[in-house]
Amino acid sequence: MSWLVANWGQVSSYGLAHLWLSLPPIVIGFVLSIPLGWVANRYRLSRGVLLTIGGILYAVPSLPLFALLPSLIGTRILDPINVEIALTLYALALMLRTTADGLGAVSGDVKLSASAIGYGAWRRFFEVELPLAGPVLLAGVRVVSVSTVSLVTVGSVIGVNSLGFFFLDGYQRAFPTEVWVGILGTVLIALVLDVLLVLLGRALMPWARGRRPGRAARLAAAEAVSAS
Amino acid sequence: MNSYSDAFAWLVDPQHWSGPTGIPVRLVEHLGYTGLTLVIALVIALPIGLYIGHTGRGREIVVPFTGALRALPTLGIVIVLALGLGIGLLPPLIALVILALPPIIAGAYSGLETVDREVVDAARSIGFTGSGVLWRVEIPLALPLIVGGIRSACLQVIATWTVAAFLPLGGLGRFLYDALPNQDYAQLLAGSILVIVLALLADGLFALVQRLVTPRGVIAGRTADIRTKTQSPIRKDSSWLAPEEG
Repeated sequence: MSWLVANWGQVSSYGLAHLWLSLPPIVIGFVLSIPLGWVANRYRLSRGVLLTIGGILYAVPSLPLFALLPSLIGTRILDPINVEIALTLYALALMLRTTADGLGAVSGDVKLSASAIGYGAWRRFFEVELPLAGPVLLAGVRVVSVSTVSLVTVGSVIGVNSLGFFFLDGYQRAFPTEVWVGILGTVLIALVLDVLLVLLGRALMPWARGRRPGRAARLAAAEAVSAS
Repeated sequence: MNSYSDAFAWLVDPQHWSGPTGIPVRLVEHLGYTGLTLVIALVIALPIGLYIGHTGRGREIVVPFTGALRALPTLGIVIVLALGLGIGLLPPLIALVILALPPIIAGAYSGLETVDREVVDAARSIGFTGSGVLWRVEIPLALPLIVGGIRSACLQVIATWTVAAFLPLGGLGRFLYDALPNQDYAQLLAGSILVIVLALLADGLFALVQRLVTPRGVIAGRTADIRTKTQSPIRKDSSWLAPEEG
C-alpha cells in the first residue's frame, strides 16, 4: 500500500496510458465491424471468406504479431502503433462474427415489414436492423473491451508501456506488490469500461432491458463467447 | 523484404535445428506444455460446464466468475505465481490452467444450452434417462461448441506459453525473449513465425475436428434455415404477437 502511495504518479500515468492504448482498438474494431459484418451477413460467399479471415487472424498469438507487424508494414519496432494495429485486428476479428450473427438474427418478417411501410435500404439498416441487433453487438463489444484491456499489457514486453510495465519491473525486482498493482489496475480499467458499456447500452437501447434475447440471439452470443 | 530474408535464413540454418536450444526441442517443449495444460484444464472444466449446461444450476456463480477470469492479464498472473511459488514449470502451469478454464466451461454450458428444449423433452418422453439425455442427445448436439471452447482454450494456451517464456522456461517463446535484448530481429521474426504457424496449424486441426463431430442432422437443419427461413405456420401466426422473435 505504501508502495502504491509512493509511486502513485507513475501508476496513474501508466494507467492512463493503458486506457488510451485500449480505447482506439475497441472503438475502431467496433465501427469497422458494422460494414464488414453487413457484407458478411449479406452473401454466403463473403460470409465464408470474411469469417475465415477473421478466425485465422484471431488465432495468431499476440506477442509474435506485435513482433511481426513492424517488418510487415514498415513501422519501427518500438512504435505503439504496432500494438494498436494488432489489437484493432483482434477486436475486428472478434466483433465481425458477432456483428454478422447479430444482424443475421434480425427476423426476416420485421425487415419485410419495415420495407413494406416504406423504409429504404439505408434507413431500414440504421433504424431497424442495427438497433435490433444492438444487444448482441453490446455483448460482443463487452468481450472485446475486456480482452483488449488485458492484451495491452503484453505490449510492455516490446516496450510499449502500460500497467504491464509493473509486471516485468516487479518480476525483475522480485516485488509481488508491484505486480499486484498492475493486475488490479488492469482489472479495474476493464471493469470501469464494462460498466460504461452497459450504461451506454441502457441509454441507447432502453427497450432491451430485462428482456430475454431470442433463441437466435442467444446462439450468436454463445458462439461469440466460445470464440473468444 | 530484407528482414524476411534474414528470418528465412535463420529458419533454414541447420545450426538452429539441432542441440538443446534448437527448433525441434523448443517445439516439443511448447507442445508438451500446451498438451499438459489442456489435459488438466479439461479434467476440471468439462464436468463443471456439462453440469451447468445439463442441470441449469450453478450458472449464477460460475458465469460471472469465468467472465472475471477473462479480465485477468495473463502475464501478470504468470509472474505473480512465479514470484510466490518459485522457479520451475509449476507456477506458470497453474496460471495457464486457470486461464484455460473459462473458454472450456463456456463452450460446454453454452453448447448444452443451445440444444433445443423440444429435442430434450422429446428424448425424455420416449424414455431417455437423465444421463441418457446428456450423453446421447445433449453432448452429441453440443459437441461442435464444446470443441470450439477447447479450440479457443488451446490457442490461448499456445499464445500464453509464448509470453510466459519471460520466465526461465523452454518453448518457442524463448526465441523471442532471447532475441529482444540483443536486438536480433532475424531470430525475433523467425521465432514469431514459428509460433504463428504452430497456432494456425492447431486452429486448423480443431476446425477439422469441429466439422467432423457436427451431427449430420444439424448441418442439414442449418442450411435449410439460412436458405428459406422456414417456420411452421403456427409460429408464423403467433409472430404477430411477438414480432422480434419469441
